[in-house]
Amino acid sequence: MTPPILQVRNLTKKFGGLTANNDISFDVAPGEILSVIGPNGAGKSTLFKLISSFLRTTSGEVLFAGERVSNLAPHIVARKGIVRTFQETTIFKNMTVRESVIVAHHIRSKANLLGYFFRSANAHQDEQTFGRSADDILDFLGLAPLANEIACNLPQGHLRALGIAIGLACDPKVLLLDEPFAGMNHDETMQMVELVRGVRDRGVTVLLVEHDMAAVMRISDRIVVLNFGEKIAEGTPAEIQDNEQVIEAYLGREEDLVGLYTC
Amino acid sequence: MNTKQIFSSLLFLLSILVLIPWFIATSGRWDLYYTLTSVALLAIASAGVWLTFYIGRINIGQGAFALLGGYITAILITKAHFSFWIALPLSGIGAALISVLIGLPILRLRGVYFAMITLVLTEVGRLSALALPITNGAKGISNIPLPGKVSLFGIPIIPDFATLENPRIGFYFLAVCLMILCFAVVFRLVHSRLGHLCRSMQQNEELTASIGVNIAYIRIIIYALCSFMGGIGGSIFAVMSQSIYPSSFQVADSINFMLNCFLGGLGYVFGPMLGTVVLYFGWDLLFQTGKYQMLIYSSLLILCMLILPNGLLSLRLPGRKNS
Ligand SMILES: Nc1ncnc2c1ncn2[C@@H]1O[C@H](COP(=O)(O)OP(=O)(O)OP(=O)(O)O)[C@@H](O)[C@H]1O
Ligand SMILES: [Mg+2]
Repeated sequence: MTPPILQVRNLTKKFGGLTANNDISFDVAPGEILSVIGPNGAGKSTLFKLISSFLRTTSGEVLFAGERVSNLAPHIVARKGIVRTFQETTIFKNMTVRESVIVAHHIRSKANLLGYFFRSANAHQDEQTFGRSADDILDFLGLAPLANEIACNLPQGHLRALGIAIGLACDPKVLLLDEPFAGMNHDETMQMVELVRGVRDRGVTVLLVEHDMAAVMRISDRIVVLNFGEKIAEGTPAEIQDNEQVIEAYLGREEDLVGLYTC
Repeated sequence: MNTKQIFSSLLFLLSILVLIPWFIATSGRWDLYYTLTSVALLAIASAGVWLTFYIGRINIGQGAFALLGGYITAILITKAHFSFWIALPLSGIGAALISVLIGLPILRLRGVYFAMITLVLTEVGRLSALALPITNGAKGISNIPLPGKVSLFGIPIIPDFATLENPRIGFYFLAVCLMILCFAVVFRLVHSRLGHLCRSMQQNEELTASIGVNIAYIRIIIYALCSFMGGIGGSIFAVMSQSIYPSSFQVADSINFMLNCFLGGLGYVFGPMLGTVVLYFGWDLLFQTGKYQMLIYSSLLILCMLILPNGLLSLRLPGRKNS
């Protein structure tokens, strides 16, 4: 077996008295699509923020390709290749779609700040490569026709795609998607599922948090289930669907329960 | 830059470097030089404040750095006998260095918290100037000599201001040239990738960090640049009025720097310049209204901000965006 690209080791996060993540451990293999599911407030987003270093851990650690990345500055973790998208539709709302994606190429830039200012040869070259790459990404995500639209005018589904486009521009090795299908209808979700598969086929390891069980079961290689901050199960979609504890955790949450069995 | 921009820049340069001096010479209104120099210096400091707006911070602390720049110049010239031409850049650099120290902790704050801290900073600047032995307390530092001459390889480039028939002309050209330089730098910055990063930060700092940008570093750079401009503005001001006092730059000045940006337009590089001109002369024009001056002035300002929330420059024909 190939060594894991990401290892989560005994990760714990406390907000005051509230333990949002309690001693969570799991491994992620390169090229895998791994979903994190769980009821509202289970600690899924917190887990993603810990992995991308947007939050400091209380204890435990995250290893990326064997190297400890927890508690580094977020931009450094992004530079290493762990990039997150946001649960809320977080975008640069007054920029056009294409501008946002170009800006998001920052990690790949060869020029430094002075280079930008004086338009050095590197900066010029950056601009050209970023433009081309942005067009590629927009094409890939079906956003090309909206390239010159101001981001805040996009409909919900396209906003999510833009979030992913911004993530992809960073050339990530691991992409963390927080609820990429939220607010989408069935058809849009299925399109998005294909897109995420496409992202994986580009060689990116994908972790995603999602409430849409049908989509999760369809897309995931493996699933990690959280409840009240604890990992209660881990396995393939088939294993998770049969897991007693998981069913219990979702009891009383009918819509999710139905989702669990619809595929 | 497109041809239209080049044309309007040339027209602008022509008017401030040739037409205005010509008008003053023919009309004999020499006092205008002092006024216009002040406007140029305030515009320089406002350009810095505008830059901090550009990364999404409301800065009401520029007065402190203008004061700091003024004192550095005054002290270097009167106590250490530096030439003004050395003291000027040193004042900018000094202000920038101090702003890095102050900025490291406070630039994490956003919104009204940052605004309040910077406001306090202005007051701290004034109180320090009152208290420190080197600044000579409330008496301030006066009798600062005029800038001396500068020559390169024996060829005089800048004449001794004291020998000028009217030193105000010298200050006018100095301030105006520096103003042009500052706005050119800001313009270039805004239209470079660095400007795009600043805009990203203004719109969402977390997202900007998530794409691998060291936002803390860029914030510090921009704040230092802002304070540098405050510092050199204050430096020239001190030498022009040949004195500096703790009250030379106060909270009201800090607020004015910010208002200049608001009024001119936060989305336009040249907003702070226009804002400074309008605010400065607007206040003067209302002088005749006597005791109602403040009332009318504030009402007009409020009206402006309600009707033109994006600043005076948004009045331009639609179809031309951010320049
Ligand atoms: N910054 C914070 N400060 C205090 N408590 C927090 C903070 N962030 C999250 N929490 C709490 O931690 C718990 C887990 O939150 P988290 O956002 O990780 O849940 P989630 O599984 O993503 O939920 P959802 O499905 O609703 O997005 C919640 O009880 C939440 O209120
Ligand atoms: Mg969440």
